[in-house]
Amino acid sequence: MTRLLPALNLLLTLVLTFLGLLAITFFIGRVVPIDPVIAVVGDRASKETYDAVRAALGLDDPLIVQFGRYVWQILLGDLGVSVSTGRPVATDLARVFPATLEMATIGIIIGVALGVPMGVFAAARQGSWIDQVIRVIGLAGYAIPAFWLGLVGLVVFYAQLRWVGGPGRIDLFLDGMVPVKTGLLLVDSAIDGNGEAFQSAVSHIILPATILGFFALAYIARMTRSFMLEQLSQEYIITARVKGVPERLILWRHAFRPIRVQLITVIGLSYAGLLEGSVMIETVFSWPGIGNYLTTALLNADMNAVLGATLVIGTVFIAINKGSDLLYWLLDPRARI
Amino acid sequence: MISRAWILSDNPETRLQSQLGQAWRLMRTLARNGLAMVGLAIVLALLLIAAFAPWLAPYSPVEGVLANRLQPPSAAHWMGTDELGRDILSRVIHGARITLLIVLLVAVIAAPLGLLIGVVAGYFGGWIDRILMGLTDIFLSLPRLILALAFVAALGPGIENAVIAIAITGWPIYARIARAEVLTFRNSEFLDAVRMQDASAFRIIRFHVIPLCLSSTIVRVTLDMAGIILTAAGLGFLGLGAQPPLPEWGAMISRGRAFILDQWWVATMPGFAIIIVSLGFCLLGDGLRDVLDPKGRSRG
Repeated sequence: MTRLLPALNLLLTLVLTFLGLLAITFFIGRVVPIDPVIAVVGDRASKETYDAVRAALGLDDPLIVQFGRYVWQILLGDLGVSVSTGRPVATDLARVFPATLEMATIGIIIGVALGVPMGVFAAARQGSWIDQVIRVIGLAGYAIPAFWLGLVGLVVFYAQLRWVGGPGRIDLFLDGMVPVKTGLLLVDSAIDGNGEAFQSAVSHIILPATILGFFALAYIARMTRSFMLEQLSQEYIITARVKGVPERLILWRHAFRPIRVQLITVIGLSYAGLLEGSVMIETVFSWPGIGNYLTTALLNADMNAVLGATLVIGTVFIAINKGSDLLYWLLDPRARI
Repeated sequence: MISRAWILSDNPETRLQSQLGQAWRLMRTLARNGLAMVGLAIVLALLLIAAFAPWLAPYSPVEGVLANRLQPPSAAHWMGTDELGRDILSRVIHGARITLLIVLLVAVIAAPLGLLIGVVAGYFGGWIDRILMGLTDIFLSLPRLILALAFVAALGPGIENAVIAIAITGWPIYARIARAEVLTFRNSEFLDAVRMQDASAFRIIRFHVIPLCLSSTIVRVTLDMAGIILTAAGLGFLGLGAQPPLPEWGAMISRGRAFILDQWWVATMPGFAIIIVSLGFCLLGDGLRDVLDPKGRSRG
């Protein structure tokens, strides 16, 4: 039982954090300078009508009751109706979310595949050129605005070099030609056996995903490097060296193994960060995902859509965050003592 | 009277003298770090450019000559002109003021708020600590940018609201750091000594606890500046921050998007300004951290 206590604790913080997120969106929904009653009755309604509608909307109830009702509504999956699309926000979000998921996933794969080996080699050869490259990439990851890098990428790789497809998920004449099964265009076109669509989808996703991946890479490489340096300074590494274990084995078998669990947390954090970062990248690449949906809603003052998108991104963010905590707990025996 | 020997005296006679000595030693250590000096130079340049923008800018930032629209970079217009014939260099120079204003306001709101929450939580401990830190943790595990976007959506676009939104989502990290700092000395004897003189909790926190947390907070603020600049530029880019015709860098990039394929300079030039300034704060922050808060290195 006591062994499970940390897991229960984690579950409790998960619930509390989710409630915190709901409290914030609830609060934001209240501070909007649009009076919901006037939105219904118009500003020339009599005092009686106004009060009646106000009571009917439940705005006379204590805030805590209103909040409880709000939480219940959200748990039932009701995010309200979008003013600009006229559809339920939940339906809209379910439609656009796969596009974001697809891009962020390719991004994190690029970030991990390049970032982890780079970090390991940088730690193995401190001060070498690869170490310097990682320093520069790390700084660039802090200092370069993602949307700007996206624009420059479009100019260079799309307009000048013509290496990649332009904005959007797929070439215009192929749009809507692939039957939607999972919503992930790469998967759908592969299932459909439509090689042309698959190729087009790849050429469209590669640039935005690489740019997202670059920011993940910057963080992952830096963290891998510092975890590795910590391991390499341990005495058991010296023992291994004294025994004559080849350097390659020392790196990957002795030093890398113990940091894998720490890396999971880092990768989880940057994956969640990519979902957030996709808001900017999607705007630049006209990528029809949740970020683009959010920014369009922002400009139309479509509050239900804004808060719905905030809730969904926030929930996924929390889930990934706490999920990587849970994995850490499951995989690292030291965390369970 | 102010000589090196006086400043570095081992037996300072006044508080001012000892403080000057400390500052001098800090500067000396910082000066040995080349990258930090580059960062400092960039930040100083930003301050000077912002202060003297009207004298430095060759043209007006808001009025353009329509006949000169979308000119490529040339001797007359170093960064070219935009779609209204305005000199981009002049707009970038004036934009330094807006950027500086935003980061200063955010730092002035978020850092003291976080510092206070963290110090109070760390000093009193118990239930106060649990509630305040629970709140902080909730904020820390939510996506900052998305929350800032939602706040601006509710408050309406504009610089002030962008500042409020970034500050509201920015304080938790300072609270965490300040609390961690307080925990290292909350049971020290010097605090007991002050308590035995019947000092109030307010007095102890104000004069004995907060000063000890300042250096780590300052380091963190400097390191966060780049993030604040990028977020503010992002809000500007989405049309939620500074409104036209204000020459805000993010908003300028957003306007330049329409011509990005043929007139690349309109959107790219303000980006270089953002990168250089963010880089400056990063380098300076790294250097300050090494000098002021060496233990903070491992905390990332």
